[in-house]
Amino acid sequence: MTASESVHTVTAMPTARRPGCPFDPPAELVEARRHGPLSRFVHPGGKPGWLITGYDLVRSVLADPRFSSRKELLNVGDFEVPPAPPGEFLLMDEPQHSRYRKPLVGRFTVRRMRLLTERVEQITADCLDAMEKAGPPVDLVTAFAKPIPTIVICEILGVPYEDRASFQEQIDTFMGGETTDEELVAAYTATQEYLAGLVAAKRAHPTDDILSELTDSDLTDEELRGISLILLAAGFDTTANMLSLGTFALLRHPDQFAALRDDPSLTEGAVEELLRYLSVAKTFMRTALEDVELDGRTVEAGTTVVLSYHTANHDPERFADPHVLDVRRPYGGHLAFSHGVHQCLGQQLARVEMRVAFRALLDRFPTLRLAVPADEVALRPETADIYGVKSLPVTWDRTAS
Amino acid sequence: MTPPRVHVDRDRCIGAGMCAMTAPEVFDQDPGDGLVLLLDADPPPAHRAAVRMTAGVCPSGAITLHDPGPGTP
Ligand code: HEM
Repeated sequence: MTASESVHTVTAMPTARRPGCPFDPPAELVEARRHGPLSRFVHPGGKPGWLITGYDLVRSVLADPRFSSRKELLNVGDFEVPPAPPGEFLLMDEPQHSRYRKPLVGRFTVRRMRLLTERVEQITADCLDAMEKAGPPVDLVTAFAKPIPTIVICEILGVPYEDRASFQEQIDTFMGGETTDEELVAAYTATQEYLAGLVAAKRAHPTDDILSELTDSDLTDEELRGISLILLAAGFDTTANMLSLGTFALLRHPDQFAALRDDPSLTEGAVEELLRYLSVAKTFMRTALEDVELDGRTVEAGTTVVLSYHTANHDPERFADPHVLDVRRPYGGHLAFSHGVHQCLGQQLARVEMRVAFRALLDRFPTLRLAVPADEVALRPETADIYGVKSLPVTWDRTAS
Repeated sequence: MTPPRVHVDRDRCIGAGMCAMTAPEVFDQDPGDGLVLLLDADPPPAHRAAVRMTAGVCPSGAITLHDPGPGTP
């Protein structure tokens, strides 16, 4: 058998997970990993590519400057992909990427984010108070998982309070994975218009927030709009889904829920384990700038590879019993925030939010449980960029007082 | 036996904060630009495991360890 015959092929991205296993990667991807870290792949647009599911290989591609994040290089179908608009640096390479990331880095350091702990605790307590008044039962997504990261990122960026609801709705439209192209374009245009107004307002009347600070630089209005969009889009939906899907996962593993509830010292490790286990930002793509040898194969220049962070984070060669949620698992360098120069800018913020929010939720509602059978919890389709639950009805015992 | 020396490359650093999070006794981030600050190039034995972990998880390869020879713990 020749080498080219022995390589495993995945002909399409799986569209569903196995019933009853809402947290594991789709069976086809787990199967692909069993055959090896690299599989041949056909992009939805018909172009041939590669799919990478092995932890070590995903990590090395992410660290390799021969692989590009540039949007216009995506080679997935017979159509031109426009470059990322100014400021949207997630889909750019150096030196453009640094131009935007550099001025932000000092504002998202471990120390600066830890200083936000008290404020996040207060926002979380307000949400929990409202939950207690409204229920039980309540939908944890609308009462808890969405408002916390929304309020936090809007405060950091400087989005006025009264604008937040409409904003959240537009972002939901982008990220839900179930909208028509027209709806998507409408939501995108509305967001762009809103942000243009916001940037102009900050230039005219600077307030105490990142966007106002950034107006004092050589970044243009258009660039500031792009940066704001990416911070908002990356900041809400990921964290919100970690909170809601993470709670669902804990409720489905009562021993893990109890362990975390009863021992606050497990909180930081539990957050890392939930990040690994859930990997809500499931896949990203890179395009080869030159021919690159990977695992004994040649990825030709111009070919786009799909990297499954979720499957890599469930790679049995890296993580023992990878499909087991274990809040005591030692930190193992998961890829939930990616690796390489695009590793999540907001990760230290997200960590503070998740540590505070999970801790406070379990402290406030030690008897928290699902209010519907687990198989009735509506999950996002596998086609959504960010995985999660659509709603999570929960209930608890009222404390006699 | 001489311990490994730690080296940081601020030009490679992308300010993700993994080092300041994993080994805060040895690394910090510059409060201005957010990039890595090396607090201790010769960390004491108690911090060496965390430093090795940090060099492994640094997303941009900005942290390197220079082992003076075999046999260091
Ligand atoms: C638990 C929540 C989060 C997860 C799972 C997550 C995940 C990720 C991942 C996987 C990437 C890299 C994508 C790639 O490899 O190309 C990324 C990039 C990014 N994230 Fe996050 N993120 C989270 C929260 C946040 C928050 C709260 C912010 C807000 C500041 C944020 C802002 C960004 C930005 C700006 C980038 C682009 C970085 C670059 O290209 O240099 N993220 N995130």
